[in-house]
Parts: sequence; C-alpha cells; structure tokens
Amino acid sequence: MTTSLPPQRLADLYRCMLLNRLLEERLVHLYRQGKVVGGLYRSLGQEATSVATAFALDEGDLLAPLIRNLGSVLARGIPPRDILTQYMARATAPSGGKDANLHFSVPEKGVYSPIAMLGTLVPVVAGMLLADRMQGKRTVGMTYLGDGGTSVGAFHEGLNFAAVQRLPLVLVVEFNGWAYSTPYEKQCAARTLADKALGYGIPGEVVDGNDALAVYEAARAAVNRARMGGGPTLLECKTYRMKGHAEHDAQAYVDPKELTAWRVRDPLARFESVLEASGAMPAAERHRIHDEVESQLDKDVAFAEASPFPDPALAFRGVYADEGILERGRAGVFTGGL
Amino acid sequence: MADPRVARSGATLTLTADATAGVEIFYLEAIRQALFEEMERDERVFVLGQDVGVYGGAFKATEGLQERFGKDRVLDTPLAEEAIVGGAIGAAMRGMRPVAEMQFIDFISRAFDLLTNFAAKNRYRTGVGVPMVVRGPSGAGVHGGPYHSQSPEMYFVKTPGLKVVAPATAYDAKGLLKAAIRDDDPVIFLEHKFLYRRVKDRVPEEDYVVPIGKAAVRRAGRDLTIVTYGAMLWTALEAAAILAKDGVSAEVLDLRTLLPLDEEAILASVRRTGKCLILHEDTRTGGLGAEIAATVSEKAFEWLDGPILRVTAPDTPVPYSPPLEEAFLPNVNTLLAAVRKLVRY
Repeated sequence: MTTSLPPQRLADLYRCMLLNRLLEERLVHLYRQGKVVGGLYRSLGQEATSVATAFALDEGDLLAPLIRNLGSVLARGIPPRDILTQYMARATAPSGGKDANLHFSVPEKGVYSPIAMLGTLVPVVAGMLLADRMQGKRTVGMTYLGDGGTSVGAFHEGLNFAAVQRLPLVLVVEFNGWAYSTPYEKQCAARTLADKALGYGIPGEVVDGNDALAVYEAARAAVNRARMGGGPTLLECKTYRMKGHAEHDAQAYVDPKELTAWRVRDPLARFESVLEASGAMPAAERHRIHDEVESQLDKDVAFAEASPFPDPALAFRGVYADEGILERGRAGVFTGGL
Repeated sequence: MADPRVARSGATLTLTADATAGVEIFYLEAIRQALFEEMERDERVFVLGQDVGVYGGAFKATEGLQERFGKDRVLDTPLAEEAIVGGAIGAAMRGMRPVAEMQFIDFISRAFDLLTNFAAKNRYRTGVGVPMVVRGPSGAGVHGGPYHSQSPEMYFVKTPGLKVVAPATAYDAKGLLKAAIRDDDPVIFLEHKFLYRRVKDRVPEEDYVVPIGKAAVRRAGRDLTIVTYGAMLWTALEAAAILAKDGVSAEVLDLRTLLPLDEEAILASVRRTGKCLILHEDTRTGGLGAEIAATVSEKAFEWLDGPILRVTAPDTPVPYSPPLEEAFLPNVNTLLAAVRKLVRY
C-alpha cells in the first residue's frame, strides 16, 4: 500500500466510505417503508470516487456534488442527519423541505447544491472560483459530472471558460457506464472522457475509481496543481453504477454478468483488504468503526423520523430577499380578486 | 410636438426639457455612467461579457471601463452565454456583484436554463442569493431582423425569483441600473436599443437610484389609461399629445419594472380613468398585456367603463426589411385607432 495520507486521515477515509454505504442502506430501508419522499439515488460501488476525491480538498475549498456524490458531502463534514432529513422532506433538512436529496447548500462548509439540469455546475463553480480569486483567496473548487453530463453544452462552455481563465477547478468525471439506461456507446464516441480535456488545453487523467487510494492521489495532484495556478483538471474516475438510476429502476437493461464482474471490484471491500494486508488497520479497528457508524446512524435516523414536516407557510417564503414582494398580494394559492 | 413634457429636437426625445439642473446625457451614456459609478462605489461590482473590454461592448455601453478598472473587473469572456451567466451566478454566490452583458438580448436564450433554473430558484431552494444583473440591448426598430430585435421579457416575467426591468428614459436607465446592481436578487435589465442614442435626460450629478417595482405616471389624464413600457412609452406620449388636441385626456403609465409588477399603480390609474389599454412591443399571446388585463379584470372590474384593450406586435417573429418591421411594430396610428374605439365605447 502506498499513500500520502497519514494514519488518522486513512482511518477517516475508511470511516467516510463506510458511512456512505451504511447511510444508503438505511435510506433503502426508509424508502421501502415509504418514508423517503420521491426517489432515492444510490452510489453503491462508487463510494471511493466520491469520498476520496473530496478528501483531497482543504479547509475553505468548494465542493458542488451531483445527486450520486453522497460520499463527497459526508467527506466535507455534512452530518448524516442532514441527508436523512433531506430525503424525508422534513423541516429540519438544510433546504427546509424546499428541495430533495443532495439539493442543498451549506456555504460555511463550502458545499453548494446542484440543480437537476446537468452540466450547469461547471460554469457556476468556475464563477465562484473567479470571485474567490478576485478576493485574493486561493480556493480550489471541485465538482462532478457523469458520462451523460459531459454531453451537455454547459459542460463545454464552463470548462472552456475555466481553462481560458486558468481557474483552480477540479472536474471529476465519474464514468459509471450509464446515464439512466443509456450506455456509453450511445453517449459519446471519444475513447475516454478524459480525452475531452485535450480540446480545452488542460490535463485529462484517468484513474481506477474503485481504488480509494489511487483516486485520492490523483485528486490531490489535481488540487495541488490548481492551487499553484496550473488551472483546471478533468479527472475521469472509472467506476460502475451497481444499482439502477434510482431505487425504482430494476436495471433490466444491465447484463447481470457485468454486475457480477464489478461486484468483485467493490471499492469498500478492496479498501478493507488493502488496509488489512498492509497492517494499516486491523480487523478489530474496522469493526469498532463499523459499530460507531451504526450507532450514529441509529441516532440520526431517530432524529429524522421525529422531525416534523415543514410549516406550509414556508412555501411562500424566500423567493426574494425582500419578503414583501410576495406578501403584496400574490402569496398563497391564487383565487382571483373577488 | 405640442406637449411641453415631451420635447423633440431632431430625433432626440426627452421628458425633462424644463429641467435646468444636472447634465444632459443619452440613454446609452446613462447606462455607462451607472456601471462606472457603481464600480467606483463598490469593488464587488464587475462586468463580464463578450467584447466588453478594449472594444467597450458592441454598443459601447462599457467604453472606458477597462481602462479605469482593469482587465479583472471588466472581463472579456469566450463566446459562450452559459459561461457568462453561469460565471456571474457563481461569482454572485461568493460575494461579488457581477453585471453580465448579453451582446444582444436575443442571445439570453442560450443561458435560459441558468437564469430560470439556477439563478431564479437558488435563494428559495438553498438560501444562497444571487445578486447579479444580466443586461443587454432589447427590442426592435433598428432593422436587426429576427435575432437582433426580440423582446424576451415574458420568458423571465413568468419566473418567480427573477426581477425584470425595462427603462424608457435616460434618467430611469441610470437609476434603475444602479438599483439593479444593489439588489440582492437576480435582475434582467432590458435596455431598449432604439432608445440608446434617441432619448436624453438631464440627470443629477449626485448619486440616485430609481426603485425597482415602481411604475411612473408620465402624463396624467382622465379618459383612459395607457399602460406601457420601454420604447413604446414614446409612442404612447406622442399619441396622448395628439389626443389632447381632440379633447381626449389619456393617462400614460410607464411600468419601468415588469417583475414585480406595480399592481397598485396600474389599479389606481384605471380606477381613476375607467378605461385601460395596454401597449407593448412584445407579441400578443402571453404578453404582459394579458397579465395586466387579467389583474385589472379581477381587481378593478367595477371601475371599468369599457373592455380592456391590447395594442401589441402580432404573434410573428420580428421581420428584417424596414416595411415589414414597420408593419410588425405598433405605432402612433394603430394606437390612436384603438384608443378612439375605446374612448367611444
């Protein structure tokens, strides 16, 4: 095992990947009980990509995830209860119940929400980094896109702008084989998604997205380069989406043999065996972390379940900084003037 | 022109011919001054767009800014509206006050997603406001053809979370742009390109703002209200002057802000005159006139002494050739015909 991570950070990385997986297992349970409002978007098999890339950022850096990058926000210190309350549409959720899943921002932790329209985060994060640079900050920004999202125009415009301005952006392109049910061969004719970087004059790299330590090293190199003024990097992480697009999707379009082949490359199991073989973390320590994570999740699930749904009045708040604009006659269900 | 409030020298129109204080400037210069003064006042304000730097913008609205404020605060971008607007959104979310220029407002369609889905909803969904301005030359009358003449306001008026502003005078162009830059929410600022070098005002030398969300009565009247905005204000004023000679007293209300709409001002005027005609250069179906007509019908029905009429462009693209464009745009004659019908009703 080779890594630049000190032992404590290595243990944190493991804990975060495990939390990502176990939190999702809780969410599946809640989904089946009908307690999740709407869809549940899994990252099973992709935990190393989300967690280890976000681990490469420093305090004060920016991160803007996509819906499947649960691990990345956990790595930035977002507590599991925030995710549970988001998925359960409760008043205690960071968005207050106004938006779902990972659609929330916590600026104090440098975490910014995606919108459902893919690719839009690339120019927006570029603009954030432009602002920080104008304010004399050396912030690095990281955002994510999948093999489908790189087909969108905003990806191109945003990455081109970031490259021209040499902005400190790390764009993690998570190649998981699928955009909903669309396979890569119907998405893109490029040999790899990293090849696209050539067109922007920036480095494009490919890493095994299921190897947590390799992902970390590649992301850390990109973050360092960005901070030193070397501009953006497109980092393609090769992984596999082990579940359907969302929990309702039985992924009948996936060859089961492909799933079997990827199951043996499970990033969490791989990381555990590396930790064990290298002597970095004995099994007993892993079990202790496992128990801690489960007991934290017990508390957070109980908190979320006990949380109230939002007050309906919230629906009419927060559209503008000046609340008076809606109050002057247009708040509430409009029923005419009589 | 008989009306003392509208002075015409050559092709130049102004509302404040009697004013002696301040400096007389064109609408375009008013915009440039607003940018310049806001950038002087607040170092968070910066400008980005295509050719805004050395070239000073396609219409010269940013002329001299880069010389004064440097390349970082007057940022030339690639030809990419999603990058310009997306970049402005991100910068606004991190404490800056960006002003993004669309070379022609027609191209704002390229950034529709970022404006309607990102900027407009961000405060509501996440609590993070997006204090930015997207400004650009709007409207027809200069033979720009289908892609350099559009009035895109209703795409954005339909979107909660945005504000939409459309000044008709040089005074308002300056005061509203300053207000837009100081606003904590995203503002679409529609400059009417026909007015750039045609309307003039004396503007105060000291700092002032025109509040967003407030309409202005440009001419008081008793017999009907003409509600309008943008370049059509001048058509309405010209018609009102002609009507006055015939003994018809038309009130002219300039909306100035299209979202949020100054409902109070519209209703107050219609309640005074009892008749309402909406004039706009935008096409008819789903135009702002429809929203105003519905509002007046709901809230001032008992005061109405006639149908609410609309004088608008037809539901077609904006044509290029001068006779075609002339046929497309409402003018004094089409307006007068409608007003006379309504007055007789």
